[in-house]
Amino acid sequence: MEATLAPSLPDEHHAAPTGLWRWLTTTNHKDIGTLYFWFAATMFLIGGLMAMLIRAELFQPGLQLVQPEVFNQLTTLHGLIMIFGVIMPAFTAFANWQVPLMIGAPDMAFPRMNNWSFWLLPVAGMFLVGSLFLPGGAVAGGWTMYPPLFMQGGISYDLTIFAIHIMGASSIMGSINIATTILNMRAPGMTLMKMPLFVWTWLITAFLLIAVMPVLAGAVTMLLADRNFGTHFFDAAGGGDPVMFQHVFWFFGHPEVYILILPAFGIISSVIPTFSRKPLFGYASMVYATASIAILSFLVWGHHMFTVGMPAAAQLYFMYATLLIAVPTGVKVFNWVATMWRGSLTFETAMLFAVAFVCLFTIGGFSGLVLAMVPVDIQLQDTYYVVAHFHYVLVTGALFSIYAGIYYWLPKWTGHMVNETWGRWHFWLSAISVNVLFFPMHFLGLAGMPRRIPDYALQFADFNRVASLGGFVFGASQILLLIVILKCIRGGVKAEARAWEGAEGLEWTVPSPAPYHTFVVPPEVK
Amino acid sequence: MRLGRRQVVMACWLGWIQPAAADWALNLPAPKSDIAARIYDIHTLILLVCLGIFVVVFGAMFYALFKHRKSVGHEAHHFHEHTTVEVIWTVIPLLILVGMAWPATRAVLDQKDTTNPDLTIKVTGYQWKWEYDYLQDGVKFISASSTPADQIANKVAKGAHYLLEVDEPMVVPVGKKVRILLTSHDVIHAWWVSELGVKQDAIPGFIRDTWFRANEIGTYRGQCAELCGRGHAFMPIVVEVKSEADYQTWLAAKQAGKQAKAVAAVAAVSKTYSAEELKASGEKIYAANCAACHQADGKGLPGVFPALAGSKVANGPAAAHIDRVLHGKDGTAMSAFQDQLDDADLAAVITWERTAWGNKGSPVQPADVKAQRK
Repeated sequence: MEATLAPSLPDEHHAAPTGLWRWLTTTNHKDIGTLYFWFAATMFLIGGLMAMLIRAELFQPGLQLVQPEVFNQLTTLHGLIMIFGVIMPAFTAFANWQVPLMIGAPDMAFPRMNNWSFWLLPVAGMFLVGSLFLPGGAVAGGWTMYPPLFMQGGISYDLTIFAIHIMGASSIMGSINIATTILNMRAPGMTLMKMPLFVWTWLITAFLLIAVMPVLAGAVTMLLADRNFGTHFFDAAGGGDPVMFQHVFWFFGHPEVYILILPAFGIISSVIPTFSRKPLFGYASMVYATASIAILSFLVWGHHMFTVGMPAAAQLYFMYATLLIAVPTGVKVFNWVATMWRGSLTFETAMLFAVAFVCLFTIGGFSGLVLAMVPVDIQLQDTYYVVAHFHYVLVTGALFSIYAGIYYWLPKWTGHMVNETWGRWHFWLSAISVNVLFFPMHFLGLAGMPRRIPDYALQFADFNRVASLGGFVFGASQILLLIVILKCIRGGVKAEARAWEGAEGLEWTVPSPAPYHTFVVPPEVK
Repeated sequence: MRLGRRQVVMACWLGWIQPAAADWALNLPAPKSDIAARIYDIHTLILLVCLGIFVVVFGAMFYALFKHRKSVGHEAHHFHEHTTVEVIWTVIPLLILVGMAWPATRAVLDQKDTTNPDLTIKVTGYQWKWEYDYLQDGVKFISASSTPADQIANKVAKGAHYLLEVDEPMVVPVGKKVRILLTSHDVIHAWWVSELGVKQDAIPGFIRDTWFRANEIGTYRGQCAELCGRGHAFMPIVVEVKSEADYQTWLAAKQAGKQAKAVAAVAAVSKTYSAEELKASGEKIYAANCAACHQADGKGLPGVFPALAGSKVANGPAAAHIDRVLHGKDGTAMSAFQDQLDDADLAAVITWERTAWGNKGSPVQPADVKAQRK
C-alpha cells in the first residue's frame, strides 16, 4: 500500500543515541525485546550452572561438593531464577519483538513504560544472585517460600522478597503494555479472531499475570510483615495459619504455571503450520482451549497441597477440576497433530524443536494426570516424580518452545538464515540428553526419593548417576545454541522477507532484518 | 515362558512384575497395606491409559512425520476445522477421565476415614527428628537418624540402610488400624512411608490425622517429604511391624524402661555431678541433638546458625543459657528442649557447651535446670 502523505519517521527528528546510552534509554520494541533476550540468556547461564552443581552433588550418595545449607540455596535460587529470570523474560522478549510485528503496530502502546519494565529486571536479578554473598547465604527455603521455614533466615530472605516485588512490578507493567497494544493497536481489518495464535496466547497470559502477580505480592508482603513487623499471618502461635500461605501462594502459583506455558502454545502454533505448509487445523478451538485453560487455572490450586490434610470433599473437588484441564490441553495436542497430518513437512531446527515439544510436553501432561489423582499424589507429592513432571513441562515444554521460536524468528531479527547443521546438533544433543536427565527421575520418585535432598539412600544411586550424566551433556549442549545465535548475528545466508516457504503473517511482509521502525503506516488486513 | 531383559524392564515399568533388586527400581515399592495396594493399582491403570493414548496420538503423528513430508513429494492438503472431529476429541477424553476418577474417588474416601482405630500414635516433627507418643499406653520417645556423620562425609563405607536408619523405630502391631496424629514443633515436615501408602504433612500449631494398617510383619523405611531446612535429608522414618505378641512385649519393655528412667531422673536432680562427668555425657548429647546446626566444633555456620565457641550466652550467666536451651528462641531454628531431654541430660549438654572449645562458662547441675522449667 502507498501512503499519500509521507509520514515523518521518528529517526528524522533526532540522531538516535548509540552505545550503552542507546540500550539504557531505548523505547523501541525491538531493542527492548533484544534486551529481554540477553537478560534471559544471562540468567539461564547462572541458573544452569547452579543446576550443574546440583547434579554434580547428586552424582553419588554422600556429601561431596556442597553442604546441605548451600544445596538448599542452590535449589531455591535455581527455581526462582529459571521461572522469573529466564522463562518469563524470554516470553516477554518474544512479545516485544513479535506482537507489534504480528498485529501491524509501529511499537508497543507504552514505549517508556516498556523501557522501565525491562530495566527493573536486572536490578531484581542482581538482588537474587547477589544474596548468595550475604551473611548466611541466599534463600534456602525452596522457591515456594513456605513459612515457618521461611522465617528462619537472614537478610537475604528480605532481599529476595524485595526482588520478587520488583519482578512483579515489571511483569504487571509489561502485561498491561502487551494487553493494551493487542487490544488497541491492531492493523485495520485484523479482528480478534484473525490475530495469530501467538498474539492470542499472550493476550490471555497478560491477563493472567495482571490477575495473579498482586496475589504473590500480597503473600510475600505478609511474609515480610511476619518476619519483621511482629504480625502472625502464618504463625499458629499468634492465631495465624501456615497453610494459608500455601493457599495464597498456589492461587498465584497455578496460573503462573500457565503463564509459563500459554505463550509456548502460541509459538508452537506458529511454527508447526509453517513447516507443515498448512493452516492450523482448528484456530477457533485453539483460542477457546487457551481461554478455558486460563479460567480453569484459577480453580485448581489445591492440587499442589493434597498432603496438607484438607477434607475429602476439597481433595475430590481439586482432583476433578484438575482432570478437566486435560480436555482443552488434549484439544491443543490433537490440533497440532491434525495440522501436521497430510501436510508437506520439512524439518528445519525450529520444526524439530516444535515436534519434540508436542511429544515431550505431552509426557509432562501425562505425569500431571497421574499426579492429579489424589491417592497416587499422596505417594508422589514432594518426590522426584514431581521434579520429573515439572521439568518435562518447563524444559521440554516452555524452554523447547523458546528454542523453536528463536530458530523460527532469528532470520527476521538478524537478516540471516540459521546454520541448520549447528542447529541440528543442538537439537539432537538436547533432545536426547534431556530425556536421559529427566526420565529416570520418574523412577526415582516412584521408588521413594524425596525432592530437595542433597544426599540420598543407596538404592537411588544408579538413576541419579544416569540423570547427572544426562544433565552434564544437556548443559554443555546449550553452548551450541549460543554459537548458533552469534553466528547468525554475524553473518550467513541472507534471509528474504518471507524467510520460510510456508510462513504466513504480517511479520513476514517486512524485510529481514526487520527495519528499526516497522508499520509506521498500518497495513490493511483483508 | 522366557522373557528377554527388555520385556522384563517393560513389564516392571508397567507394574506387572516386581523388580527383585531395589536398585534400578522402576515402580512404586511392593505395597504392604490395602491402601498402598489400591494406589499401586490406580497408578498402573492410569499409566496404561496414558500409554494407550500416547501410542494412538503419536502413532498418527509419527506416521505423518514419515509419510507426509515434502522430501517424499507429499503435497499439503489445505483442510482445517471439522466440528465432528473436534467434538469427538473433546468428549472421548472426558469419558476416559470419568473412568479414571471413579476408583480414585473411592480410594480418597477410604484414605480419609480415620475412624475406629485400634491404636493412636501422636507423631511430632522436630528439626530433624520425629517424636512418637503412644497416647493410650504412655510411651513416648524420639527417633532420630542413626547414620554416622563419617558415612555422610564419605570417610567410611556406607551401610546398607544409609540415611534410612534410626536409633529407635516406631513399632506397631500387624493387621491393626493405626491412626497417626501429626503435628510439628517448628516448621512443616511430612511423614511418609511409601510401602504403607501414607503421607501427611506435620504442621506446627495444627493436628492432622491419617491412618494405615500394615498387612505384613517387617521393617518399612521412609523419609521426611517436606523441605524443613538443613537436615531435611537426614530425618528418616522407620516403622517396625511386629506380631501382636511381639508388640506387647516391646510395649511392656518400653513402659518398664520409662519407669526406671523416671526414677533415675528424680534421683539425678538431687545429685551433684563433677564437671568431668557432665562433660563426658554432654559431648554425646551435643553430638546427637545440637551438632547438626552448631557443628561439632561449636563454630556454627556463619549467618545461619550462631557459633557457641566464644559466644556471649555460653560464657555468660548460666541462667540465661539454661533458659535458651529449655525454651528455645522464637523465630529461629533453635527449638525448646524442655520436653525432649531430662534435667540430667540438659545439665550435661549445657555444661559441655559452656566448657568446650575454650569457653569459660560455669558448669550446670540438674537441679539448676529443674528450677528454671516452666
